[in-house]
Amino acid sequence: MAEMNDHGGHTAMRYPVGVALAGGALLGIFFMARGANAAMVLHGFLFLAFCVGGIFLLIRQAYAAPADAAGTTYNDAVTRTGVIISMFWGVVGFLVGLAIALQLAFPVLNFDLPWTNFGRLRPLHTSAVIFAFGGNVLITTSFHVVQRTCRARLAGEIAPWFVLWGYNLFIVIAATGYLLGVTQSKEYAEPEWYADLWLTLVWVVYLLVFLATLWRRREPHIYVANWFFLAFIVTVAMLHIVNNLAVPVSWTGTKSYSLFAGVQDALTQWWYGHNAVGFFLTAGFLGIMYYFVPKQAQRPVYSYRLSIIHFWSLIFLYIWAGPHHLHYTALPQWAQTLGMTFSIMLWMPSWGGMINGLMTLSGAWDKLRTDPVLRMLVVSVAFYGMSTFEGPVMSIRAVNSLSHYTDWTIGHVHSGALGWVAFVSFGALYALTPILWRRQRLYSLQLVSAHFWIASIGIVLYITAMWVSGILQGLMWRAYDSLGFLEYSFVETVAAMHPFYVIRAAGGALFVVGALVMAYNLWRTVRGDLRSEALPAAQPSPAVAPAE
Amino acid sequence: MIRHATIEKNSILLLVLILIVVAIGGIVQIAPLFYLESTIEKVEGMRPYTPLELAGRNIYVREGCYNCHSQMIRSLRDEVERYGPYSLAAESMYDHPFQWGSKRTGPDLARVGGRYSDEWHAEHMAAPRALVPESVMPGYPFLAETALDTAQIADDLRANRAVGVPYSDAMIEAALADARAQADLEADGAEELQARYPKSQVRDFDGNPAMISELDALIAYLQMLGTLVDFDVYKPEENLR
Repeated sequence: MAEMNDHGGHTAMRYPVGVALAGGALLGIFFMARGANAAMVLHGFLFLAFCVGGIFLLIRQAYAAPADAAGTTYNDAVTRTGVIISMFWGVVGFLVGLAIALQLAFPVLNFDLPWTNFGRLRPLHTSAVIFAFGGNVLITTSFHVVQRTCRARLAGEIAPWFVLWGYNLFIVIAATGYLLGVTQSKEYAEPEWYADLWLTLVWVVYLLVFLATLWRRREPHIYVANWFFLAFIVTVAMLHIVNNLAVPVSWTGTKSYSLFAGVQDALTQWWYGHNAVGFFLTAGFLGIMYYFVPKQAQRPVYSYRLSIIHFWSLIFLYIWAGPHHLHYTALPQWAQTLGMTFSIMLWMPSWGGMINGLMTLSGAWDKLRTDPVLRMLVVSVAFYGMSTFEGPVMSIRAVNSLSHYTDWTIGHVHSGALGWVAFVSFGALYALTPILWRRQRLYSLQLVSAHFWIASIGIVLYITAMWVSGILQGLMWRAYDSLGFLEYSFVETVAAMHPFYVIRAAGGALFVVGALVMAYNLWRTVRGDLRSEALPAAQPSPAVAPAE
Repeated sequence: MIRHATIEKNSILLLVLILIVVAIGGIVQIAPLFYLESTIEKVEGMRPYTPLELAGRNIYVREGCYNCHSQMIRSLRDEVERYGPYSLAAESMYDHPFQWGSKRTGPDLARVGGRYSDEWHAEHMAAPRALVPESVMPGYPFLAETALDTAQIADDLRANRAVGVPYSDAMIEAALADARAQADLEADGAEELQARYPKSQVRDFDGNPAMISELDALIAYLQMLGTLVDFDVYKPEENLR
């Protein structure tokens, strides 16, 4: 393996990167001057600010002491920044979710303005939680895990920063665009062509940083968490590029038209959409599970063989599952059946992964009593098991005829998103913060425990409300009276949703409160404060082994 | 038999194998939709959107209507009785991108065309709960007050042609005139418009003759949804897939 002192070359990179940033600044000025609408002018300005900020950081880096001339330390500065950004976007994303939940319960909260309408805020919520919160957690944890499991410093001194800040520029462009009505209207792929091109560039650099760090490893094997991170990065690149193929109306305007139309566009979109779940929200976060659960439990992964089977079968089967979003539609039936079949098969590798995660606690189950961070991680895996059972059930055509278009889908998504993705992210951030800031422990474990319970109650309120409202509405739509007429008008089914929308918003509010408690706890931890509290007794195993 | 350890020790091999494994599903599922002729049914009546309808569709996209309204009637008894004939793939063959949606917080709109009057739509957009007290839809009063931006209307058609919509040179050349004619601002352009776009509806949709508003375009779009295909001559049994 390559020695760790070979990255002095980053000083040479400073000049071409600086020139590229200067060129980017000119491009930003061009879009500010020639942008066809206000959104393009704003995005030109944001790009200019990004490039100027980048040049400033380059200069500062040049005059600072060399980060690590010998390359013997880990690059924890970039992951520390990532932790802060992740927490910020988490709170923002949950808050916007709460806002749109309240809008559905109390529509007056739309204020009848363009930029506060549900239609524009809902993509803001989904992108903020999936891509801003989830994406930053993935970048941060993958950068941490790949360094620790390869025993090598992250490749490049500029590139990882470019990935982190460049990705967040994409987020800001996407989010401000939604508010101004800039959208492709493809769910979870709403950002327009120029944001997509930028993300492609950032993503390629991300892949290169990850690969180049693997090449420096001082371990013969690539650890299983990194297989999942690699599959996540590669597959998301493929999905992103294909689903976003489009022709812009002009090079200075925001609008584009998708290359595909109608039924082909629908299947391409749900091939993308379902695998945003499969590879962004599952494979990537499984990488987190495979590192942080064993780490926090101080136990090896339950089964090496099961991880191999889990990995290959999961990534092979997931990609076929998209058509279950299109049952009984104008998609040819052979494609629907194919999608349903693979969705049901997907249950097996999903539970294989869950078993591998949960059984890792063999001999360490007692730690659930004393370590609330581990509790959060383990419950996230349990939620993963629950939603990956519910998903295959809902993919069955007969079940889907009831569940599709209703809140049941929303409830299903949130049991996965809140219970699995957010909880495993919370667990990872709680585990990372003391390590990255070299603190003895978190500021308060009792606050972690409080967060766990507040958020758990919030999730239960949320998903049970959506189960009831979804099934209720599905049944009302298909109800017939004794004369053979449809029993309910559509708006009667809307009115019936109201109490459940209020309960759902209450659950969401609890989830936000939990996240605020977490942000406070992390902030105090970063400051180096320790809350004097009765730490759980009985720590027979050595408290915390060295991170490295 | 390849030992998995070999893959674990070679990042490029791992990368290539991942790419192969994740590419298969998409290739087998999606690619045939582009060449199997049975994918899109044979129907009478489909045509590209008029420039005004397309502009209205872009407003529908911009405001994120798809977040709450589907445009895809499933082949289920209650849906066909509630909304009309189940949607055909042919009906969205010119939709870049598709607007099938995934959630019905509000009703399906695939065949909303002609179901309500223009006045109903105009009032409903301004204040939904004035007409439907239980509705949770946001109000869009700003649409009636905002003039439709027609600066790029021909470029919109051109971009659509680039992705496969059969707009002719004449259609692109007349894009702006056609938009004005459809909203009843150029009385004499209506015949040419309807010759280019059969079944296109010509009138002042928002009830304000002073300008072409965004509401004009949006209502023009809503009023044509699901009205193009002639179901009297459509033969489902010839289009089994």
